[in-house]
Amino acid sequence: MSIAWQAQLDSIEATESGLESAGYIPSREIATAVYLSHHLQKPILVEGPAGVGKTELAKAVSRWLSLPLIRMQCYEGLDESKALYEWKYGKQLLYTQILKDRMGAALGDEPGMDAALRRLHGLSDLFFSEDFLEPRPLLKALRSPGGAVLLIDEVDKADQEFEAFLLELLSDYQVSIPEIGTIRADVPPIVMLTSNSQRDLGDALKRRCLHLHIGLPEARLEARIIASRVPGIDATLRRKLVAFVQELRGLDLKKLPSVSETIDWARVLVLLHANELEPALVRETLNVLLKFESDIEVVAGQLGELLLKAKPEAIPVR
Amino acid sequence: MEGPLLDFFRAARSAGLRISPAETIEAARAAAVVGFEDRQRLRDTLGLVLAKTIDEKRAYGVCFDLFFKRASFSDPAGKAAEASAGEVPPMPGEMPAGGEGEGGGGALAAALLSNDQAWLAAAIEQASREARLSEISLFTQVNLFTRRILERMGLGALEREIVRTRTAPRGEALTQARDALRERVRGFVEQNLLLFAEGRNQEFRARMLTQARLTAIDRRDHERMRVLVRAMAHRLATLYGRPRKRDRRGVLDVRRTLRRNMAWEAIPFRTIWKQERIEKPRLVVLCDVSGSVAAVAQFLLLFLYSLNEALAGLRAFAFSSALADVSDLLTTLPIERAIPEVMARSGFGSSNYGQSLADFEREYMHLLDSSTTVIILGDGRGNRTDARADILQRMANRAKQVVWLNPETRTVWGTGDSDMPKYTPHCRVSITCNSLFQLERVISELLRVG
Repeated sequence: MSIAWQAQLDSIEATESGLESAGYIPSREIATAVYLSHHLQKPILVEGPAGVGKTELAKAVSRWLSLPLIRMQCYEGLDESKALYEWKYGKQLLYTQILKDRMGAALGDEPGMDAALRRLHGLSDLFFSEDFLEPRPLLKALRSPGGAVLLIDEVDKADQEFEAFLLELLSDYQVSIPEIGTIRADVPPIVMLTSNSQRDLGDALKRRCLHLHIGLPEARLEARIIASRVPGIDATLRRKLVAFVQELRGLDLKKLPSVSETIDWARVLVLLHANELEPALVRETLNVLLKFESDIEVVAGQLGELLLKAKPEAIPVR
Repeated sequence: MEGPLLDFFRAARSAGLRISPAETIEAARAAAVVGFEDRQRLRDTLGLVLAKTIDEKRAYGVCFDLFFKRASFSDPAGKAAEASAGEVPPMPGEMPAGGEGEGGGGALAAALLSNDQAWLAAAIEQASREARLSEISLFTQVNLFTRRILERMGLGALEREIVRTRTAPRGEALTQARDALRERVRGFVEQNLLLFAEGRNQEFRARMLTQARLTAIDRRDHERMRVLVRAMAHRLATLYGRPRKRDRRGVLDVRRTLRRNMAWEAIPFRTIWKQERIEKPRLVVLCDVSGSVAAVAQFLLLFLYSLNEALAGLRAFAFSSALADVSDLLTTLPIERAIPEVMARSGFGSSNYGQSLADFEREYMHLLDSSTTVIILGDGRGNRTDARADILQRMANRAKQVVWLNPETRTVWGTGDSDMPKYTPHCRVSITCNSLFQLERVISELLRVG
């Protein structure tokens, strides 16, 4: 079984450049994880602070390999009828009503209940077949013919029971439906789980996954990410702003700015036609980077100093 | 490469990573997929499979670097030797005794004189494997293992050769080379000790400290204890920090029951009960900080103040002869500095329970309501002052519950000047608490029930 997209994952370098072509600049570790996930057939569990591109990674993989992205957002109270499958109860009821008249014909004029029942068994489980199955994200991903990217987002928000329910899917790429049997993926999907570490996930779940931790990127990588996501930005401004954000991360803030905030800020600066980091301009746009009033106050107080300390020279132009 | 990989798993386990057999298989598969040539890539790969939390990633990084930094891996000659391990001949252990003929001193002497680094590195590696160096567990074993490894490398033959050629320049050179080699092997063994035994020793100490009597813990272990207490508190906080619910059995949740039973035309085969929130406990803590109980008090306070998000509220009071509110101290100062401050403010007198309870009733009774839990830590020895159990009774009536933690074992409650028998009737729980293990059990029970 060879499928076009699988050939694209034949080396770590190819994975790295492929993700770049989809607009995602991966660190070495991220590329390794995606490559291994395919070759070992294991899901990736991505952890890290908000806004470092956990969800974006799944989107980028699906863009690059032209695979459908099937996304399942987890929340408290999520259960298998919403995640895996459900019977189409309405349709079942409707069909029984419609077919009522035909029942007599189907059963014939069998004498006695026993014979009629036997005849009925012969008709097989009409109403519990795939026609009446409403597939939810997990089942969709397994049955999607050319493979898919399955993103199970924020798995730490779901209950512990749901985690246990995921285990069969994650280790064997199959699920069991009592009425039909076991459904196996022909082409195993690429599975990614994300977590914000709201609670510690179970060991059983972690054991079945490759564990990828995406932290806040170092300056060089961040500059490349900005270059790719905000193409219109001037090179010197880009280096300057990355150096400034890196400087901010050294402060004791409630919520450190992550990559998504840096990208937003770069976009804002481009929109405002800024060519360099004017203290006044920075102060006005600080609310894009920082999400807490107290953080903004801390930074605004020492803005001049921070701008001086930010050294763009350390970041390569390309 | 199988051998080194297995050794690495052992080293990683000792560094505190929990690696199951299944994960070692996965790791070996992953390593086979990416290959062993690029060390950086191998590091990324094994990290993805083996380390499952941020802390583990950090420990893993240190361990990996330490492991592969060892002499035989880092110098290029060693790597070359490893690649052609099959050809590194003739291994010293198998040297015939008569091999001292020409030149003398065996292969080891030859290698030392010609400064054959590749051979030496390979020989050290093999000899340490034969000596089961990865099972080293105590620093006192360093000399033993050094000796064993050197002997396996052919030290005996070398020594004889040195004695034979003592006066000749060859003897001089060999003596120097031997001493240098001994240092090198010693260094190698010490590195291995760090790698394989450090984690196990730490773990052992931690386990001992958890069970040890809090009153008997040495001052130099306090730092380690704080780390342990914080880790325990963190574990409980993640477990109970989230909003939790429990079923109210017998009260039907009609809407969710109908939805659940749609498949059976809403005939309720499966019932779903309404749920209620489990409230996080609000605590008022009274700690006796007189000499006899002070050691326990500081760990209790540290524990409670590390729980933050799992508690809905926390007020702390310290007393010996009189009561003082220490909540502000504990919230503003880092705990290491706050505890001595608390002690200075009210500690180290002789305890007077009656007076302290009276102080509480006079000023802070309004803190108690039907959702607060009162925790009192003390031995109940009031130095024959009035016990004032009636105040405790009024507190118990107002609060949700009173929990009394006593560092003494139950058998001595009531002996001498102990007033415990007067207090216990008003406490929902009164329990001995004199080790970290017991402390954790009491607090996790409190959090679980809510």
